[in-house]
Amino acid sequence: MPRLSVVNSGGANLSSVLFALDRLGITPEFTEDPDVITSSDKVILPGVGHAAHAMKILRDKNLIGCLKSLKQPVIGICLGMQLLYSSSEEGDVECLDIIPGRIQEFSKTTGQAVPHMGWNTIKTQGENALLKGMDDNPYAYFVHSYAAPVSEHTIGKTEYIMPFTAMVKRDNFYGCQFHPERSGEVGETILRNFLEI
Amino acid sequence: MLAKRIIPCLDVKDGVVVKGVQFRNHEVVGDILDLAARYVDEGADELVFYDITASSDDRVVDKTWVRDVARLLNIPFCVAGGIRTMKQAEAVLNNGADKISINSPALENPGFITELADVFGVQCVVVGIDSREESGNYVVYQYTGDETKTVAAKRDTLTWIREAVDRGAGEIVLNCMNQDGVRKGYDVRQLSQAREVCSVPLIASGGAGAVEHFTDVFNTAHVDGALAASVFHKKIINIADLKQDLTKEKICVRN
Repeated sequence: MPRLSVVNSGGANLSSVLFALDRLGITPEFTEDPDVITSSDKVILPGVGHAAHAMKILRDKNLIGCLKSLKQPVIGICLGMQLLYSSSEEGDVECLDIIPGRIQEFSKTTGQAVPHMGWNTIKTQGENALLKGMDDNPYAYFVHSYAAPVSEHTIGKTEYIMPFTAMVKRDNFYGCQFHPERSGEVGETILRNFLEI
Repeated sequence: MLAKRIIPCLDVKDGVVVKGVQFRNHEVVGDILDLAARYVDEGADELVFYDITASSDDRVVDKTWVRDVARLLNIPFCVAGGIRTMKQAEAVLNNGADKISINSPALENPGFITELADVFGVQCVVVGIDSREESGNYVVYQYTGDETKTVAAKRDTLTWIREAVDRGAGEIVLNCMNQDGVRKGYDVRQLSQAREVCSVPLIASGGAGAVEHFTDVFNTAHVDGALAASVFHKKIINIADLKQDLTKEKICVRN
């Protein structure tokens, strides 16, 4: 039984997550096999790109039922986090519906640049095991044009154009809008904290 | 609050980091991984690796070093130079680069920007622009990696920024050629005009020589990041010290 599975959710850029785990001394199972995913201790759902396109890949790979029924700790990263929500404005698509809410596009009429790209601070909301042992308001690296509104499941909040969910938790499902694999020591601590849950 | 980014640029030629003055007379400044590691330690927010020979030599450049960089770095990085097909772009991103930057190929075929954005997302697609002031106008130059091949692209810089963004660029790096490599300050006037028309992140490039140049470009041109090469390579400015100075000037940076 693998300790950690990284879901092969398609698209480019997945290798940076694998390299980040490698720097922590962890070799995960990189897989799209539902049985392997279901039987592992922990699951990472990475994702970069377009929500509707990513949902189609998960559907084609028969992973939707598998992902929804996971009981072990799961973390979605960037688009992987957005896919945990009910739906997304990006391609007007139904997502995994594990966390209620709809992913919204940043308003482009405020004069602030979209995408939100760069290092921004995360403010803890309530209990946040992933930020354990860290200074207040740590910086993480964000790149996105769509975001989740703040809700009761938000455990980390960031402000850009609007307050949005930088980190989320519902039951065993976690999510980071930013890229822990590219967020320096802060990101490494978050990944390590997730692996220790 | 979103921090202003400090971005060292490593010009790569034949697998080593080089630096020239106004795109000429390239001298070797060091090993890719050594310099990359040094900048991460100093507190760089992002790195750009720019293969300066690629577009002008019309060859496919060996990019195995991209994977080595991706293994090493825990901050984002962008690869520029010689990416002119979807396959090349995919290879660089699959090797772990966070973004790709295109310059001459975008001018040859502006539709390439859209193709890249549709497949990889706008956040991966940076358009680099080499721009020079000519009798009061800003105009775009092409094939700047090799002086003997550099030509005017017959495009107005501000119009090209708008078009690139409309076509799917997720970030613009504006390299002001009059200033490049001479360390007399960013072209704040040009960058301010670019800021007005650029609705995606805008990165200033060309001319950094002193701390006040960074203060000036952030305060006056409101760019999202400042890119520099020689001041960092030659240790004229240490990034950690620079960020402390910027913090004193109330510019938000990641310390």
